[in-house]
Amino acid sequence: MPLAALTATRDSRLSAHLSRLEAEAIYVLREAAATAARPVMLYSIGKDSSVLLHLARKAFHPGRIPFPLMHIDTTWKFREMIAFRDAAAKEYGFELLVHINRDGIARGIDPIRSGPLYTRVMKTEALKDALTRHDFDAAIGGARRDEEASRAKERVFSVRAPGHAWDPRRQRPELWKLYNTQLAAGETMRVFPLSNWTELDVWDYIEAEDIPVVPLYFAAPRPVVRRSGMLIMVDDERLPLEAGETPQIVSVRFRSLGCYPLTAAVPSEARTLGDIVRELRATRSSERAGRLIDADETSSMERKKREGYF
Amino acid sequence: MHAPEPTTPSARARDHLRVVICGSVDDGKSTLIGRLLAETNSVPDDQLAGLKVLSQRYGTTGEDLDYALLLDGLENEREQGITIDVAYRYFATSRRAFVIADTPGHEQYTRNMVTGASNAEVAVLLVDVRAGLTAQTRRHARIVSLLGIRDVVLVVNKMDLAGFAQAAFAKVADDFRRFAAGLGFRAVEIIPAAARYGDNVAAASGRLGWYGGPSLLGYLETVEPGGAEAAKPLRIAVQSVTRADDFRGYAGIVARGEVVRGEEIAVARTGQRTRITALLGAAGETARAREGDAVTVVVADHTDIGRGDVLADPEAQPERADQFAAHVVWMDEAPLLRGRTYVMKIGTQSIPVAVTAIKHKIEIESGLAKAAATLEMNDIGFCNLATSVPVSFDPYEQNRFMGGFILIDRTTAATAGAGMIAFGLRRAHNVKEQHFAVDKNARAHMKGQKPCILWFTGLSGAGKSTVMNLVEQRLMRAGMHTYVLDGDNVRRRLNRDLGFTDADRVENIRRVGEVARLMVDAGLIVLCAFISPFREERTMVRELVEAGEFIEIFVDAPLSLCMQRDPKGLYAKARQGLATHVTGIDSAYEPPLHPEIRLDTSTLSPERSAQAVLDELLRRGIIAHT
Ligand SMILES: Nc1nc2c(ncn2[C@@H]2O[C@H](COP(=O)(O)OP(=O)(O)O)[C@@H](O)[C@H]2O)c(=O)[nH]1
Repeated sequence: MPLAALTATRDSRLSAHLSRLEAEAIYVLREAAATAARPVMLYSIGKDSSVLLHLARKAFHPGRIPFPLMHIDTTWKFREMIAFRDAAAKEYGFELLVHINRDGIARGIDPIRSGPLYTRVMKTEALKDALTRHDFDAAIGGARRDEEASRAKERVFSVRAPGHAWDPRRQRPELWKLYNTQLAAGETMRVFPLSNWTELDVWDYIEAEDIPVVPLYFAAPRPVVRRSGMLIMVDDERLPLEAGETPQIVSVRFRSLGCYPLTAAVPSEARTLGDIVRELRATRSSERAGRLIDADETSSMERKKREGYF
Repeated sequence: MHAPEPTTPSARARDHLRVVICGSVDDGKSTLIGRLLAETNSVPDDQLAGLKVLSQRYGTTGEDLDYALLLDGLENEREQGITIDVAYRYFATSRRAFVIADTPGHEQYTRNMVTGASNAEVAVLLVDVRAGLTAQTRRHARIVSLLGIRDVVLVVNKMDLAGFAQAAFAKVADDFRRFAAGLGFRAVEIIPAAARYGDNVAAASGRLGWYGGPSLLGYLETVEPGGAEAAKPLRIAVQSVTRADDFRGYAGIVARGEVVRGEEIAVARTGQRTRITALLGAAGETARAREGDAVTVVVADHTDIGRGDVLADPEAQPERADQFAAHVVWMDEAPLLRGRTYVMKIGTQSIPVAVTAIKHKIEIESGLAKAAATLEMNDIGFCNLATSVPVSFDPYEQNRFMGGFILIDRTTAATAGAGMIAFGLRRAHNVKEQHFAVDKNARAHMKGQKPCILWFTGLSGAGKSTVMNLVEQRLMRAGMHTYVLDGDNVRRRLNRDLGFTDADRVENIRRVGEVARLMVDAGLIVLCAFISPFREERTMVRELVEAGEFIEIFVDAPLSLCMQRDPKGLYAKARQGLATHVTGIDSAYEPPLHPEIRLDTSTLSPERSAQAVLDELLRRGIIAHT
């Protein structure tokens, strides 16, 4: 990577707040790289991944990023995401591993008909398999604590028991900047350098550092259908149209990117980063409101009640 | 792809503050935090809409929104009995972004409070005006003080239930001021509030007209924690070495002070000095970087620098010591064991360490010292620690990053404890670094034991191996490093050229003694079980090692009993004339005259015998615990 790429923004346009988050994330990335035997970065192509990649380039500059990036490809990602991924790998020259659960595909599992099984097989299982196959002991991801209430207590270095299970009792207290990176036999680690960032921080940072992101985050006229109040983009011919459904062209954008049949668009005119930040400050619905799979899977308050919580 | 636009100046100017909030159950902590989030527009609309529904159904606040329900994630886990610990919440105003560490209040959660406070610059303590200062409040205040937080705000909540009366507030405020006077706080702010109704949370309250100070948010937006500090000598903690074509730099974090290109620095470990020729910050080449920045440093000379090193101001280098006194907060279910080796992580250094003494335990509510033999989970003790190699540090009071450490259990890899260095006990001068000898003491020290030979002697069938095996198991469990030498592993290889003539027996024992001596030098507790019938050969081994390192254990049982036990069938063979040179039959056994330990196995069970050995080892300070 040419030094210029990093010096372009050097007359730091970052606020004290963003500088501190940036330095903290770089520190965490370096700790992970220095202490893990086989680290990997999970690259999901979204805005958080773009930020993570940018930070990793900074952390090890002018050296190379000392770990591969891995994408768990469900084969149902937006086409623009895949194009962006391949262009990024080429431009920055990082090592990219793409893992697809072929077995799930052979079993005909898809996001439209398979329900929660889809996420489990094509994402969760696929990730575990890939980590095990490559013997990765630390997986660096872009998750943030502000994404949902249940993540508010997640650690920066989060231990997984053998078999990748998360056992809340085994999570370690994290004091100061001292991350315990030791692993007992069979354990692995998830590392979250963006733990303390909010969605707005991510966009402020993308804007300040001029980080490329998938164009789907910006509003453009796109073909969508409306289903139970959600706008679903018709990204390719695999999306079965229901009776009487015709795609309409609407100016939309995405706040969060996943598998296209499960990711709702929001009507928007935000065509620039500045627009997005302004829109975020004004609208204030939660980022994940547009993820069908979340409504499905994370325990909503209602469900907690049903399970006898209150 | 897209044109970056100038954004609002507010985002550019935004500063950053880390806050820990502590309160006892039901003081209104969740309500207060929920309010802060809601009133700074940090709660997404869909969640706010959900809150309305939830408040109607489950709220404790009648017609009003129950803001405590916003923090639901944590409560749910409490129900399920999962360890409650610190949750992090985020909100921002146009001036500042805040990270709130939300810590549960119960006394058994000391470890969580310590964790939450470790990164905080400001602490918010919450009390119910009707209850005033409680034991919990004192506890929270002391922990906050111990963790080095110097700016504290006390929120006197539920003022509505005291009729918003100034007198009720003044009493709590006075109590707190008096109590906090001894805790070393720089500034104490006391704010009356009614979190449930929002009075003095984000905006000033008309109902508290007599109060002239800021609201909680107003205070948090403007407080400048730390204030004017003394000199800030440079510290860079090196995380890794960055290499590229003809580039070699040291990547790390500026833990203290300011680093300037062209200036001289010293490597704390060796004292070696060099000059910074290039400096990379997060945004590329730069002339200077400040505390908290991630940097990569290039130096002029070929210098030995690696992960764990501290690059420092040459005129004000960190201390170096291998023994120090520190406050230790215990966080593991298994208690702290004196003498046991843990891994200490301090800055980017990871080093074996043992607690050599627990000076006292601190009763956190009263602040009084109490004698203690161990530290249990949530205990705070003042301890002496010893590392195998010297550590570069600054006292915690001066520098949290350079003086705070965690202790990691080597078996479970759990974070078992956390500590704050108060002062070094034995200075290690870095100039003498090369002379630091890796000797028997250093090795044994690392293992938390005194090396020695436990020499079990006695007739065949007296019980040497049985007792020895039990002793070894017990030592192992206590974390000691042991090795067994016996006929089985020695005769088969090292001494396979030797038979059972008297001369060969002596040579057998001589070689065993030499091997045991090497193992003592390696820091081990060596357990030897040999009939070793002759006093002279036992004395010979005794003289191979230093005084006190040879412990003779006479495993005593009458010959008749041994013949009855005859575990190896040796006596039977002798009777049938199939074996000669059998000790006790046709070869003499000379009982020890002054054994360190005598075990009469005709009356003692093997367990009791093993216990007797361990008791003696404790008494002699060979081991510090069992
Ligand atoms: N009257 C009154 N009640 C309050 C106030 N703040 C909180 N509460 C109530 O006190 C109870 C406990 O509050 P909560 O926030 O859950 O306490 P926590 O256990 O400290 O998190 C709830 O019923 C709140 O509605 C206040 O300022 N005035």
